[in-house]
Amino acid sequence: MLEVFIFATLNGLVTGLLLFMLASGLTLIFSMMGVLNFAHASFYMLGAYFAYSISTVLGFWPGLIFAPLIVGVLGAFVERYGLRRVHQSGHVAELVFTFGLAFLIEEAVQFFWGPDTKNYQSPEILDFPLFTLFGQEFPAYRGFMIGISVMIFIGLYTLLTRSRVGIIIQAAITHPNTVANLGHNVPFIFMGVFGVGTALAAIAGVIAGPVLTTFPGMALVLGSIVFVIVVIGGLGSLAGAFIASLLIGLLQSYAIASDVGMPDLLNLLGLEFDRSHPLTDLWTLTLPQIAPILPFLLLVLVLIFRPTGLLGKREQ
Amino acid sequence: MALLKKSALWIGYFVVLLALPQLSDSILAVSIYNQMAIAIVFALSYNMLLGQGGMLSFGHAVYFGLGGFMAVHALILIEFETVYFSIIYIPLVGGLIGLLAALFIGSFSTHKAGTVFAMISLGIGELIAASSLIFVSFFGGEAGVSGDRTFGPPLFGVEFLQDVEIYYLAAAWVFIATLFMYLFTQTPAGRMANAVRDNPERAEFIGYSARRVRFISFCASGFFAGIAGGLFALNYEFITEENLNAITSGRVLLMAYIGGLGYFIGPIVGAVILTLMNSLLSNYSELWMLYLGIMFLLTVLFLPRGFAGFIMMHQVAWLRGKLATLIVPYLLTGIPSLLFLLSCVAMIEMNHTEQDTLQYLWMELNPSTLLTWIIVAAIAVASLIAIRLSLPRLREAWESVNAIPEKEDG
Repeated sequence: MLEVFIFATLNGLVTGLLLFMLASGLTLIFSMMGVLNFAHASFYMLGAYFAYSISTVLGFWPGLIFAPLIVGVLGAFVERYGLRRVHQSGHVAELVFTFGLAFLIEEAVQFFWGPDTKNYQSPEILDFPLFTLFGQEFPAYRGFMIGISVMIFIGLYTLLTRSRVGIIIQAAITHPNTVANLGHNVPFIFMGVFGVGTALAAIAGVIAGPVLTTFPGMALVLGSIVFVIVVIGGLGSLAGAFIASLLIGLLQSYAIASDVGMPDLLNLLGLEFDRSHPLTDLWTLTLPQIAPILPFLLLVLVLIFRPTGLLGKREQ
Repeated sequence: MALLKKSALWIGYFVVLLALPQLSDSILAVSIYNQMAIAIVFALSYNMLLGQGGMLSFGHAVYFGLGGFMAVHALILIEFETVYFSIIYIPLVGGLIGLLAALFIGSFSTHKAGTVFAMISLGIGELIAASSLIFVSFFGGEAGVSGDRTFGPPLFGVEFLQDVEIYYLAAAWVFIATLFMYLFTQTPAGRMANAVRDNPERAEFIGYSARRVRFISFCASGFFAGIAGGLFALNYEFITEENLNAITSGRVLLMAYIGGLGYFIGPIVGAVILTLMNSLLSNYSELWMLYLGIMFLLTVLFLPRGFAGFIMMHQVAWLRGKLATLIVPYLLTGIPSLLFLLSCVAMIEMNHTEQDTLQYLWMELNPSTLLTWIIVAAIAVASLIAIRLSLPRLREAWESVNAIPEKEDG
């Protein structure tokens, strides 16, 4: 029992930190431009695909560096020539634009790389068990994933709170006009933040690609979950996104690892139902079965009872 | 006079609906008509939310799908003679289920518009799509559920064995649904929906509850989406999880947006365009989804008010009788644009094809030789330059046509 718990926690941590890498960029972009970027997970997918292509020629490590750079530049271009133009037509148009972009990127990935799953491998150096606990091995690559995520989190936090660039960015979020009056190029800052946000998503893609498989649907799988996290954490709140990422990662991991369900609950209550009951699907539900829908359930509940999210600011 | 003009439009719409099978009644054509009919009702119901009510929904397929599932179950009930009514009422069953679902979901999701509403709709959409794979006895899992529309009492001897017969039934439903959705926009509830969309605060100050106004639009929209789902069930006689998941929700957003949100006729235009692309383009190219995505982005970037909006932009020129002066500049920019798009598509197709020669339009292209590539690329670059050169002229012509006439002193 304990071993299941520990491994579920570790796996949940890996997923949660990975989700945070996506969510941090998304929430930063949101607090800046007020637009939820539907295509954010698509940049994550692009990161994985670029890294795969680079890894077939140069190996894994150059991919880790160059793929995010390529995607970041791509993201900056999207902001400069797409979003900024659509911005004049209002928020709905922006949302719809990113929605269409997500659609287009998925099709483009299928066009350039084909619809099949890519054999994107983790580096051989990390192909050993980090430690063995209760006879189960914990792969070093997962440890590496945790390490990278934590490093990025610390780096981002220091950059935003301790550096001059971070201070200007923070000021541009709340008082864009004042910052512009002080002589800073606010549209350029926006473009930069968008580029860095997409590059962060790409890093997540590079390191998640080998574990979560690299295929054209990978953006769809993670995309809506990242959205859920950003909303649950409170739109625009980095700390909230961090908490929500870990929460969702652990929640899903525990739900999958557990083997309880409605039958156990009914046994506990001393109730019994016929197999031929019309609601038989309901009485035989198990927790691993509903694990994929738990985040969405949480999202709806949070939005109903606390529309600002966990750490969101009060609406004016 | 105005009434006459308006009813003439409606009669024209009715005649077009009736006349479509006379145009061509091949199996392919009728199946396209049926898809169009379903898409029109669905897209119009979506526009009630987004265009008229200002609520961006990412889960509108839920009401379509739930209505459709219940309609198929109703067909099964008719087949086993548990209930006995003509299948012409099946869309109504779908509509009522859509309404019920909207009543329940709308009761908590219409608190706010904007991002909160969009997120709730996304969450609910994913939730129900995922649950539909869990509750196999009602939703049939991956395979879906199927029924048979030929049972039940025949209507004037028609047993709905043929798709054409279903088309006429669907056309009747489309006409009724369109009419009622139009009438809804003219009711106080419909007008207030516009007011709440534009400025909820002011609407509240006059004494309307923004939430209730949204709720009413939401329920009406759910009802009509359910009708579309019922039509889908009648046409295909089966329905799967795919009809209530995010893909269908996204498609209806595309239709409404490409058509034009601000106009009642917009979603109809969008539904027709997308259905045609869907069924015709997919015969010519396996990359049609890619083109669809590109077209969608181009629409959002350059025609933010959709195709209907683009047509309506010419209203001023039309009223001033200056439409003719725009023709030459349009042609000067339009022909290079078309050439540019065609050459881009040619390059995409040449890159994609695995055969030695590519049958493109009326030509045969040879993707393996460099010369073909150079020629196509040269056409693309040349037409791009032509666009850039001719664009100022178009802009000038446009401004001169739409310029506000200077007041004469006097």
